Amino acid sequence: MRMSTAHRRGVLMGAGALLAASATRAAGESVALPFANGDRPMAAYPQKRPLIVLTQRPPQLETPFEVFDHGAFTPNDAFFVRYHLSGAPPRGLNVATHRLMIGGAVDTPLDLGMDDLRRDFPVVERAAVNQCSGNGRGFSDPRVGGGQLGNGAMGAALWRGVPLRALLDRAGVKASAKAVEFNGADVPPMRVIPDFIKALSVEHARQDEVMLAYEMNGAPLPLLNGYPLRLIVPGYYGTYWVKHLTDITLLEQDSQSYFMQKAYRVPDNDCACTPAGQPAAQTRPIGRLNVRSFITNVQDGQTIAGGKRVMLRGISFDGGSGIAGVEVSTDGGKAWAPAALGQDHGPYGFREWSTHVALGQGDHVLMARAHSKAGEVQPMTQTWNPPGYMRNVVDPVRVIAA
Amino acid sequence: MSPRLIHAALLPALASIMLAGLAAAQPGSPPPAYSPPPETARLLEGPDLAKAQTYCLACHSADYVTTQPRGMSAAFWEAEVAKMRTAYGATIPDDAVKPLVNYLTTAYSAPAAHERETVARLRKSP
Repeated sequence: MRMSTAHRRGVLMGAGALLAASATRAAGESVALPFANGDRPMAAYPQKRPLIVLTQRPPQLETPFEVFDHGAFTPNDAFFVRYHLSGAPPRGLNVATHRLMIGGAVDTPLDLGMDDLRRDFPVVERAAVNQCSGNGRGFSDPRVGGGQLGNGAMGAALWRGVPLRALLDRAGVKASAKAVEFNGADVPPMRVIPDFIKALSVEHARQDEVMLAYEMNGAPLPLLNGYPLRLIVPGYYGTYWVKHLTDITLLEQDSQSYFMQKAYRVPDNDCACTPAGQPAAQTRPIGRLNVRSFITNVQDGQTIAGGKRVMLRGISFDGGSGIAGVEVSTDGGKAWAPAALGQDHGPYGFREWSTHVALGQGDHVLMARAHSKAGEVQPMTQTWNPPGYMRNVVDPVRVIAA
Repeated sequence: MSPRLIHAALLPALASIMLAGLAAAQPGSPPPAYSPPPETARLLEGPDLAKAQTYCLACHSADYVTTQPRGMSAAFWEAEVAKMRTAYGATIPDDAVKPLVNYLTTAYSAPAAHERETVARLRKSP
């Protein structure tokens, strides 16, 4: 389903779900992600079609990759799910009673209901990619511990909600404030376990694109994607996109949260990498998405028609500069030709691309390589880091033309 | 995809799905009751399995363990158990650490037979 406007998208989503159900795998089946120990069950969680189950408690669900061949927006019922604490998702959430508190180093603490957010603040709508820091971790070589994901821990949605800056301005941020902490309703199963709290600098929190979303692709957020309110940090990895948002706290020092100080950190150097197997001497919190692209209509190992024009298409994205171009190679990266870019949904969304190729009989290695407007290009070989974050290598897709 | 491609027989179902979509779009409604599929993941057999069931599964499902790469070192599992104790506050007594590390290192040491084939195939690929 290739969608053009928000209105069409809203109307067609039901039809897409109906038809996709017959085309996708059912709950109870399993899939083999293409790395060792990659067998995963499929299961349908509430408000979700059957997705690839990484873990059951808390639920961590990966989007089957074929979904990304159906447009620049990932349907809500196919959008990936990531939690940290086994109490998740929190029970008893209700849009009618949900409260958002804004406090700490502000002039006027705020206590807002969802109606207040919808009524008293500007409305913003933005396409943005949410990608897990560890998307593709299962391909790390050498392997690393952590969620062994294929490439389905990403998705793009049209997020609708309130600019964070409008809330901060209403509360009045004190000049002494340095960082903004975000906490959601998900709580650890035991008091000793660190709560999932993330932070942004005040400067970042006040940027235009940062928002709180109460709708996703024209519908309320699914429970497992942060109902009824989540933080949206376009261009940044999903770890910052706090779900079930309840508290925004202005701090006069850096956040001491475990999930800022100890977890979700990358080697503090230009490549965010270390020699394979080596720990990092210094680390920093993970930040912007690097540039990435995928071929979505052809799978590794597939047989395709030889000797005639066939379409190749896919998606691309980066950390917010926008995609400058996508090149395609049919000979394993020796020669490259530019692909046509699809509709521009803004610098933070998926940018579709397409091209036509003709392949002679035999084996071929297809590749797509994206360039960002900031001048970044996908690498041909993947660097390594201990947590397996920020994978963005050019992926070879081996096909047989017959 | 064009709506005219949808077979007439599907239209009643389509209409009900679209109505459900409209109902779900009402901002004032809570989400449906949360009833996830049953937890079916199981730890593999191994020495002191019962300890692993007690201390690991208190906080997360078994697939957190079983989906990790196979054949990781004792040092890897020691670090994982230490992280669970110090960072995530798991109440694992001192005398259970060694048996847990031994269980994890032993039970998840080798790939299953079909996994060995997968690994061989992946290694052969260019």
